[in-house]
Amino acid sequence: MPTPVIEICSLCKTYRIGELTVEALRSVDLTIQSSEFLAIMGASGSGKSTLMNVLGCLDRPTSGGYNLDGNDVGTLDRDALARIRGRKIGFVFQGFNLLSRMTALENVELPMLYDEVPSAVRKERSLEALRTVGLEDRSHHLPSQLSGGQQQRVAIARAIVNNPSLLLADEPTGNLDTATSVEVMGVVQRLNDERGITIVLVTHETDISEFARRVVTMRDGKILTDHPVDNRRIAGAGVTSR
Amino acid sequence: MNLLSAVKVSVRSLRANKMRSGLTMLGMIIGVSAVIAMVAVGSGANERIAAQIASIGSNLIMVIPGSTTSGGLRGGSGGSQTLTIDDARAIGKELSAVRASAPNVRASAPIVYGNQNWSTIVQGTTPGYLEVRDWPIVSGRNFTDAEVDAASKVALIGSTVSENLFGGEDPVGKIVRIKRIPFTIVGLLDDKGQSPQGQDQDDVVIAPVTTVQRKVSGSSHIGTVGVVLVQATGPDTIEDAQKQITALIRQRHRISGGQDDDFSVRNLSEMLAVAESATKIMSLLLGAIASVSLLVGGIGIMNIMLVSVTERTREIGIRMAVGARQRDILAQFLIEAVMLAVAGGTLGILLGAGGSIAISYFAGWSTLISPVAVSVAFGFSGAVGVFFGYYPARKASLMDPIEALRYE
Repeated sequence: MPTPVIEICSLCKTYRIGELTVEALRSVDLTIQSSEFLAIMGASGSGKSTLMNVLGCLDRPTSGGYNLDGNDVGTLDRDALARIRGRKIGFVFQGFNLLSRMTALENVELPMLYDEVPSAVRKERSLEALRTVGLEDRSHHLPSQLSGGQQQRVAIARAIVNNPSLLLADEPTGNLDTATSVEVMGVVQRLNDERGITIVLVTHETDISEFARRVVTMRDGKILTDHPVDNRRIAGAGVTSR
Repeated sequence: MNLLSAVKVSVRSLRANKMRSGLTMLGMIIGVSAVIAMVAVGSGANERIAAQIASIGSNLIMVIPGSTTSGGLRGGSGGSQTLTIDDARAIGKELSAVRASAPNVRASAPIVYGNQNWSTIVQGTTPGYLEVRDWPIVSGRNFTDAEVDAASKVALIGSTVSENLFGGEDPVGKIVRIKRIPFTIVGLLDDKGQSPQGQDQDDVVIAPVTTVQRKVSGSSHIGTVGVVLVQATGPDTIEDAQKQITALIRQRHRISGGQDDDFSVRNLSEMLAVAESATKIMSLLLGAIASVSLLVGGIGIMNIMLVSVTERTREIGIRMAVGARQRDILAQFLIEAVMLAVAGGTLGILLGAGGSIAISYFAGWSTLISPVAVSVAFGFSGAVGVFFGYYPARKASLMDPIEALRYE
């Protein structure tokens, strides 16, 4: 059995808001194998965002173990976590989170900028990533000159440019209409199918979760159900132009 | 992130807010340019004062007679008539640390040439005077020792007097009347300009000391002089020369061990000290103004950087999410602050230099743009950027990535 990409056991996360102690995660165990496509579902307050932050190394667990690619990352300091985020994790957010003053190409280059990649290599890899999401002809456009779906595809290109072990997508279709959502999910599915990138998708929409291979449902900081998707939706073979 | 990319990122975000960046820099520009212009005017003034002091003569020592007491009233120094022409000669001939010496008596008298007249100072001295004062003759000749001994009626004429009596004519060989006594002008002195006290040094007629005492001043103290000017052989021998002069005059005046001198020996170091302390006060004032203006500029930068950090919270979050470490964020904002400060400083230096050139052109003041002031101003701008940029940059680098990403 190969090393799982993610292995967490008895993971707890508690917040203190004044006098109040909020237990956002209560002893979560989860293992995600390489090339899996997992959707995390749950109502707001179920702990899925907290789990996402911990998985994305944006936050550290209060207790419990977290191994990413076989390395314990639960106890690393801020700068080490930043390194891990830059090299092993790609983020796709609901609000796209592109830098508005930078072109699509420059946005995609951003993670490599902090990894001291030479500029020629940066450009080459960024163009390659944009080609993967079907936007190589829009590389010099600013985010404001792109449609929502195109912006999200730029964000996906940025997330995969460093060949991460894990792609974390937090409500990636939350700001998109249905047709565009399907289109973006198609790109994500293709990355999983063709390139074997491990994907964790956080969503509260059931129809979006059906693009995944496995669905985990959370409630009150615990995992409620964990089962494979029976009738998996397939977004379509290629990437449409819009 | 390497430095070049960090600089590029900073330039881009500064250019994105051109108006704001420009206004922020304005504080630095005004401060630095004011400092540069003021230092230029100040050093120009210093230069002029130094030139005036040098115009008195180099390595100059003055021997002044002591004071007299008459009727219980003590006169000031120089009141008595203890120094003689022979004392002056002895100083010039016998002392190793002395290059030249010249006695000096002064009288005020009207000078008449044709139908022109002019009241001026008639100065009686010996031929060595011109050497002591570093004062060349532009036409004609100096008078001689023989003419001093013979009390000849010859004179050298200063350029101001020459202009007033002769206009454009060459005064050499002309005969003028000083107190109705005919003098032959043998030489025209070069322009000397103002003394540090503001007197016109060219408004003078110089004649043999003997002639002036006997024919012009009508003094009862024939053979004594008001002051003896002495030139030491070099700047290092001024003190030696002063000691030698004191010893020599005490001996010549037969002053025994316990008695006070009946003369005093001074050099121009006091005058230099005054000029120097004025310069120091000026520098201090300039320094104070400079630090206040740089402080104000720096606070402006800090203010704008704090606003900028808050505005760009989400950008900071995104950068952190894709792998920026604390020091990457710190560097980015620090570089922005330093670039604002240094760009402002550089523009300020250019504006200040242009301003001081304009001042010297339009107001006719001499200015001097000192490279030291320019480099200090430049260095200080950078330091201001680092000092006032650090706090906002640190604030940015300490943000929590989750909070920053969620910021609307």
